[in-house]
Amino acid sequence: MTVATVEAGDRPLRDVNRDIRALASTASEIVVTDPLSRHNLAVALTKDTPVRILGNVGYYCGGLNSGGMIHVEGDCGWGVGEAMAKGTITIDGYAGMSAGASMRGGLIHIKGSAGPRCGVAQKGGDIVVEGNIGYLSGFMAHTGRIITLGDAGDATGDSLWEGAVWVAGDIKSLGVDSHAVEPSSEEVDDVERLLAGMGLGDSTRDWKKVVSGQRLWYFESRDSSAWLMI
Amino acid sequence: MADDLNITNTPNGLSHEDLVALRDGGVAGRPAGVPSSYDHGESIRWTPKDIADIHAMSRLGRYQIRGFTTANRRMANWNDLVFVPATATRLPLEGYRESCETKTVLGDRPGLVSNPIQLDIPIYIASMSFGALSASAKAALGRGASTVGTMTCSGEGGMLPEEREASKTMVYQMTPSRYGLDLEHLRQADGIEIVIGQGAKPGTGGLLLGMKISDRVARMRSLPIGVDQRSTVRHPDFLGADDLLIKVEELREATDYRIPIFVKLGATRPRFDVAMAAKVADVVVLDGAEGGTGASPELLLDHTGIPTMAAIPAAREALEESGMSGEVKLVASGGIRNGTDAAKALALGADAVMIGTAALMALGCNSPRYLEDYQKIGTSPGKCHHCHTGRCPVGITTQDPFLETRLHVDAAADRVARYLTAMTMEITMLAKACGKSSVHNLEMEDLRALSLDSSALTGVKLAGIDRPFTW
Repeated sequence: MTVATVEAGDRPLRDVNRDIRALASTASEIVVTDPLSRHNLAVALTKDTPVRILGNVGYYCGGLNSGGMIHVEGDCGWGVGEAMAKGTITIDGYAGMSAGASMRGGLIHIKGSAGPRCGVAQKGGDIVVEGNIGYLSGFMAHTGRIITLGDAGDATGDSLWEGAVWVAGDIKSLGVDSHAVEPSSEEVDDVERLLAGMGLGDSTRDWKKVVSGQRLWYFESRDSSAWLMI
Repeated sequence: MADDLNITNTPNGLSHEDLVALRDGGVAGRPAGVPSSYDHGESIRWTPKDIADIHAMSRLGRYQIRGFTTANRRMANWNDLVFVPATATRLPLEGYRESCETKTVLGDRPGLVSNPIQLDIPIYIASMSFGALSASAKAALGRGASTVGTMTCSGEGGMLPEEREASKTMVYQMTPSRYGLDLEHLRQADGIEIVIGQGAKPGTGGLLLGMKISDRVARMRSLPIGVDQRSTVRHPDFLGADDLLIKVEELREATDYRIPIFVKLGATRPRFDVAMAAKVADVVVLDGAEGGTGASPELLLDHTGIPTMAAIPAAREALEESGMSGEVKLVASGGIRNGTDAAKALALGADAVMIGTAALMALGCNSPRYLEDYQKIGTSPGKCHHCHTGRCPVGITTQDPFLETRLHVDAAADRVARYLTAMTMEITMLAKACGKSSVHNLEMEDLRALSLDSSALTGVKLAGIDRPFTW
């Protein structure tokens, strides 16, 4: 088992991704060089062979990931790890809009900040952002956790189902039908355990957990003040 | 008061005014007006339905919700078009004898996809979710479609194993909600349909009321059991045409350029939307305003979108203008009831049609059985549009295990297969009468419009003057 190198550059994307998928069965690690912020790199991986991408990537890096271990040594565009089912994605820099959109499982670790709609329609798994998260983060998240060590933007947790947005810093504003609660000590322990495993443990954080107010879950509500929110 | 209003003592004891008034005089509390004139004199604006709607809204505090399709709306429809078969200047084929090609290929854009979809007939089953439909209904549609060499589409609720197993060919939908979206399911599919909108409620996401969010439906959609699920309309990770192009590339990469990509649109501005979709997709699916649904705010059913028959010619022109006609296939749906409607859609420019509501009726929707259960939900066979309640008396649009047993899967599948066969026979009969050896050779010249508005909406020549009605 060896470290294999795949040159992205201006090669056809189809060849780049085919090489990554083929080498995932034979190499101990795959290094992707010259990613040039290209879209759709390392999508739909099923093997857990580490893939290290040396630079910035475009949209949907690691999209539909089903077991891949992807490390981007740079920034990423929209929809990193969208619809991911399992595996891990680490972004050393910043992430654009909709990081982890509709992901179902696994872990996305963003060392910088994430743009708007982080964890939109999330259906499981964890997103950990060391910096801030943008507006409408957690919009309609079904389940799973979005955890930011920094601040959250406007309309945080808008229209949540059973997902949760964890914020260690400040929340600029809450979204429709969401509210911030103090998490239980067991829940905090669980989050801190996850963070400690990533080298980010800090027991002094003042966590706010944003969850659904559940005022808009049922059409039978006669609460006009709830319906007029939307 | 004029003297003649004071005349009394007429021979039969009635006043002159009573006689003039046909004994229908004024009543206390309503001094002006004649009661009988109000009995049948409802306003064309304030109809009994409009009044009942206000009463309903003032009770519910929200818009009304129902299933089925556009109602109470007069719009030009398929019946306003007729075929003009071959006579002296064109030669017909033998309708009862000669063959007529019905094979339909979708996704055969040159050099892009290795496995285009090949159907034996130009009709397939529209996307309807598990959740909106019972698992038995999905399985029956799959079996029925497979019997006659056509396909089904998963709908919003994810890939149901029963349907995948029953369907020889199946398109997997990627909706804005992305319920249960799974790489393995994408790779099991024969095509992927990206939903931008639907005809029943373009511009608004899906709706499934809590009565139908059973344990299994909730699990597949990762939602709390029993919530009134309202889906997103915008995709979570792309917004416009440029992003959609990148998204399509991701799906092609994930499936190794093996299967075609469909883009489904609700018909609103087909000339522009289809031109955009044709730049990225292999197949454009255009769903007209008459498209059905399991549940929708009623106002969207009745007041949004344009008719299917108006959308198809505009879409065909968009494909021609963008140079994609022949490469990108056009599928039309919305309000297609039978083979004649389907043949008219093909003649207007569709390469294939999709049926949803009609397929449910073939399964047994609105059939006159279990009458007491229709009555319990306030309706009767032939009028039922109560898919949204989950109390479907015939086991089709329900998640109730008891009601679901009323759908006999094998029998229902056979009905669907026979109905699709009958529809295809109707299409080929019309095609042959028009002298066409393939249903795909039907053309607008084979049609005439019987009304000004149907001619104006479609560009089909008006019967008699033989010119399209234009300004």
